[in-house]
Amino acid sequence: MGEEEKKQEYWRWTESNWKNPGIKWEDAKIVTVGIDVGSVSSQAVVMTDGQVYAYSNMRTGSDSPESARNALNLGLEGTSMPESRIDYCIGTGYGRVNVPMADRSITEIACHARGAHFIYGPEVRTVLDIGGQDCKAIRCDQKGKVTNFLMNDKCAAGTGRGMEVFADLLSVPIVDVGERSFEVKEEPEPVSSICVVYAKTEATGLLRKGWAVNEVLAAYCSAMGHRIFTLIERIGIEKGFAITGGLAKNRGVIERLTKEIGVEPMHTEWDTQIAGAAGAALFGYALVQKGKGRRK
Amino acid sequence: MIANYGYKDGSGDYFIAVDTDKCDGCGRCVEACPGTVFEVMDEDPNDPFREDPVVIVARDKGRKLKYECGPCKPPTNRPALPCIEACPQDAISHSWDR
Repeated sequence: MGEEEKKQEYWRWTESNWKNPGIKWEDAKIVTVGIDVGSVSSQAVVMTDGQVYAYSNMRTGSDSPESARNALNLGLEGTSMPESRIDYCIGTGYGRVNVPMADRSITEIACHARGAHFIYGPEVRTVLDIGGQDCKAIRCDQKGKVTNFLMNDKCAAGTGRGMEVFADLLSVPIVDVGERSFEVKEEPEPVSSICVVYAKTEATGLLRKGWAVNEVLAAYCSAMGHRIFTLIERIGIEKGFAITGGLAKNRGVIERLTKEIGVEPMHTEWDTQIAGAAGAALFGYALVQKGKGRRK
Repeated sequence: MIANYGYKDGSGDYFIAVDTDKCDGCGRCVEACPGTVFEVMDEDPNDPFREDPVVIVARDKGRKLKYECGPCKPPTNRPALPCIEACPQDAISHSWDR
């Protein structure tokens, strides 16, 4: 056997954690945690009195309880805060019932609206969350309360996982997909099928026809943007449009999508992937304040 | 809140919308639906501050709506949908005809 070739993982994105240097957790009255265990990524957000103190963002493993544990550990890393200091913990996301340290679980719909309202500000009225395996379109009021929502979790087309598969197929690092999809002379027609199962056939077919890799990326990004557009169209788009989830970081899809929608998306300095966990931590804070949230 | 349960796939859009401001969780749709698509929850899973019962579409059913609702949607001589008929609050609607 020859030397085994080390395969580059083009889909892999960077895991991260962050600590707010301006907050001393020792001074906090109420510490709440939100843990969002998604199908592809998991986040933990630690809040002190409703402010983000620390967060982590990492890949979900095969075991939901373990992913929740890893996310919390990474979030608390380097903070010296003991886990026993947590007043209330809420689990959300696809694996929310499998968060062992959670006192309660809340659906990702409510948490994403609340979280987007926090990270983008109170002007948010339409939230589009493009997750690993689903896409959620949510309308909310000035308090971040959901007024209309839909979620599509049946088909991987137009999701983060679909993009990961595609990046791998074309051997383009996932973080470069957005930029490279604009490095084309002319915007190509969108691919006809964005089914993840048929992605390989679709992509290799185009490459064989002589398309450049960047053109294939452009065609895929624009098809994905259109796919997401048709979903969000059902609930209607109001100004104050915020995008959360990992795909919010992909310019290639987002700019093509917003061009179709005709509404500029809002900007934030926060990591768009933490919206769900931030919302969960905020609900925890509100519940503790109302006397409804007590640690088990 | 308008809660849209269901999905969109290559063949179409299949959503059941429940207006949770109208729904009081009486459960008549649960009894009326031959496909046991609905479920009454003591509290709304999508609204942590609501404490009244409400109807949702069960998660595993939501992914099969086209098929679960198929028997109530014959192409000809269609009677009114039992879930919509049963709801005294007029809180349920379907996004697709067939």
